[in-house]
Amino acid sequence: MGIEKDRLHFSWISSAEATKFVDVVNKVTASVKALGPAKRFIKAG
Amino acid sequence: MVTTTVEKIRELSAQLLKDKKVDMVIGFQKGSLPMSNEPVMVKRPADVDKLVWDSHCSVNLASYLTDRKEKIGVIAKGCDTRNIATHIIENKISREQLTIIGVPCSGMIDRRKVMNAVGFEIKELIEESDRVIAKGDDAEKRFNKAEILQENCAVCSHPNPVLFDELVSDPVEVKEGIDRYADVREIEAMETDAKWAYFEDLLSNCIRCYACRNACPLCYCPTCFVDESEPQWVGKSSDAVDTRTFHFLRAYHCAGRCTDCGSCERVCPMGIKMRAFTRKLEKDCLESFNWQAGLNIEQRPPLDSFNPADPDQFVK
Repeated sequence: MGIEKDRLHFSWISSAEATKFVDVVNKVTASVKALGPAKRFIKAG
Repeated sequence: MVTTTVEKIRELSAQLLKDKKVDMVIGFQKGSLPMSNEPVMVKRPADVDKLVWDSHCSVNLASYLTDRKEKIGVIAKGCDTRNIATHIIENKISREQLTIIGVPCSGMIDRRKVMNAVGFEIKELIEESDRVIAKGDDAEKRFNKAEILQENCAVCSHPNPVLFDELVSDPVEVKEGIDRYADVREIEAMETDAKWAYFEDLLSNCIRCYACRNACPLCYCPTCFVDESEPQWVGKSSDAVDTRTFHFLRAYHCAGRCTDCGSCERVCPMGIKMRAFTRKLEKDCLESFNWQAGLNIEQRPPLDSFNPADPDQFVK
């Protein structure tokens, strides 16, 4: 629908997978930071 | 003498009403303008002559069955029967209440296409199998029916009723080798920015009248998400973001349920091609779950069942 591919992530992390959680969060933050602020689906004013 | 489709519909309807097998028959009657048949509920055998059948019976009659308590006879094309099956699966009506009079369908005419093609006021439209003649006061124009079909009818995969008690004529030939999703694939192939621009343009004329929702046989929620005020899921204005939210969400509510009956596009006063959304989801359901909506009343829909083999490549 025109949302950048790297802005939306799906992941399955068990409560026992703390290291995977850290890993995924770091990757998500890095990829979203690289895209910059979202301009789509944001209402003006 | 060969009985025509209309005669057969009237005969079966009269019999059902006489035998008190049904309290009413839902079908079509002539509208006040050419090319505009309207739904009618016939309750007395004497009134069955109101019933008509031609290429302007495109309204999906499944919409009129939601939560009804009576015993009902319903005249149904291929797509109507698929939506009736969906209604039964979703407990909106029971199979026992219904007598389905199935009509094999050769496609419905898009009146907008006809009106745009002729330069005069149409007083009458005459159909002779696949030839159609539009008549005005002192002019006429001939068409091949194929040129003026609704877009969803042109790519229809199930013109014959899938669920019925009576069939009024022999099944029609199903067109082979139709590529239903050529345009969807084109949109899929676009770059992110082009895709955004495409939908911006597609929805730019939307006036948020919700006619698409009102005509849709799937949109039967007592309170639609767009009408809720606490919480207000989507703004009421015609802000492009709200409009886009409405269309995307509505399409997702129809995922795995839409039969591509074309009601939404047909009733849109602005001519918006919103089937682009529903057909993308239809394509995904077919590719991911080998699912086509409303083909029988036994199988649970894909969003209602879990299979360990369901595709999950998008989960990392």
